[in-house]
Amino acid sequence: MFTSLLVLLQAAGLATMGASIGAGIAVIGAGIGIGLIGSKAMEAISRQPEASGDIRSNMIVAAALVEGVAFFAVVVCLLALFL
Amino acid sequence: MKAGRKLLLCIFFTALSGIILANEESHKKESFKPGDFIFEHISDSHEWHILTWKDHHVSIPLPVILYSTHSGFSAFISSQFHHSDKSYHNFTLVKDGPRKGKIIETLTDGSTYEPLDFSITKNVLSIILSATLLVIILLSVSNRYRKRENMPPKGLQSMLEPIIIFLRDEVAKPAIGHGYEKFMPYLLTLFFFIWFNNVLGLMPIFPGGANVTGNISVTLVLAIITFFITLFSGNRHYWKEIFNPDVPWWLKFPIPLIPVLELMAIFTKPFVLMVRLFANITAGHIIALGFFCLIFIFGEIRPMIGYGVSILSVCFVIFMSLLELLVAFIQAYVFTLLTALYFGMARAEHH
Repeated sequence: MFTSLLVLLQAAGLATMGASIGAGIAVIGAGIGIGLIGSKAMEAISRQPEASGDIRSNMIVAAALVEGVAFFAVVVCLLALFL
Repeated sequence: MKAGRKLLLCIFFTALSGIILANEESHKKESFKPGDFIFEHISDSHEWHILTWKDHHVSIPLPVILYSTHSGFSAFISSQFHHSDKSYHNFTLVKDGPRKGKIIETLTDGSTYEPLDFSITKNVLSIILSATLLVIILLSVSNRYRKRENMPPKGLQSMLEPIIIFLRDEVAKPAIGHGYEKFMPYLLTLFFFIWFNNVLGLMPIFPGGANVTGNISVTLVLAIITFFITLFSGNRHYWKEIFNPDVPWWLKFPIPLIPVLELMAIFTKPFVLMVRLFANITAGHIIALGFFCLIFIFGEIRPMIGYGVSILSVCFVIFMSLLELLVAFIQAYVFTLLTALYFGMARAEHH
């Protein structure tokens, strides 16, 4: 059974598998990060509803930065696919 | 008899579908390749493809300007590549393989050589169009301000004024502090350029639809300009903090750990800006195009499934495009904010 698995791996290409798994793990990181940002922002708004506008803008900025880091991983995965 | 008639109808329809399938086999069109479709729409090209009407491509051919060390400057229109052998004066447009889309020159001894390509490609033309749009809008607004001094804003002014005030009061002043006026022109240009190009990239038809900010060369240039402005506006304190920071002595000497880290940071910060913008915009386009591809993939199996999936697909694409509109604005804002922060850090005074 393992030999057939190895044959399949050889055929599919380790680069493709590595790239796909890498992209999946990167998305886990982004999801956890942005989820934390969102949850803290909700807590902060519930504590002080008047500051919700400020909190919302800062939350969006922080989410964009975290997403940027996740996109790094996607770019590296694409490089692994094509280089 | 009813059973007999039903049997006859069944045989008739089976035969009919067999004939239809056989006809499909006899003149089979090229099957739909989603990878090629997506990459065609993401990458640059030497003509602006507008639509395909019944296998006939409607596109705008763009000028090709090449400099080759063997034959000097050449300039011609890219529709010359549409002849059957796809070559013109020894220049060939590569159709497949890793150099796809590039122009190579075949020399007399058979070897190939890639000349320097200064053509007006789709992205270059799109940058020219969006820059023209920027100049028209922003200069007309500034002229209106000059003519209507001390009067309330009217028309286009009232749309752009909150944005410009926001960039001045929430981005430039807190980040740069004293002397922020010198950097305002660059920050405003950066913001509006990135925003306009992001939004134009979301439009599916000419004059939009060229993936400008998703082209890593464009974001590279923006990051390089930020890098040089940061470099040239660094004050004494900034350079001291990099080469001789306020850290325990064993981090600086004999192995300069922190200075090396700080030097790398000077380069990685603009690099991160470049990759963030490129990856966000390109990923958004790939997702929207991928949902469109679903329609064609399913349509290849059976046309009816294609029609069915198209409803779901269009809903998803609308949702993703709304998200992409938000991302267009946010990425422009984040790029500008981080640039302003880097300028501020370069000019920070010792406290």
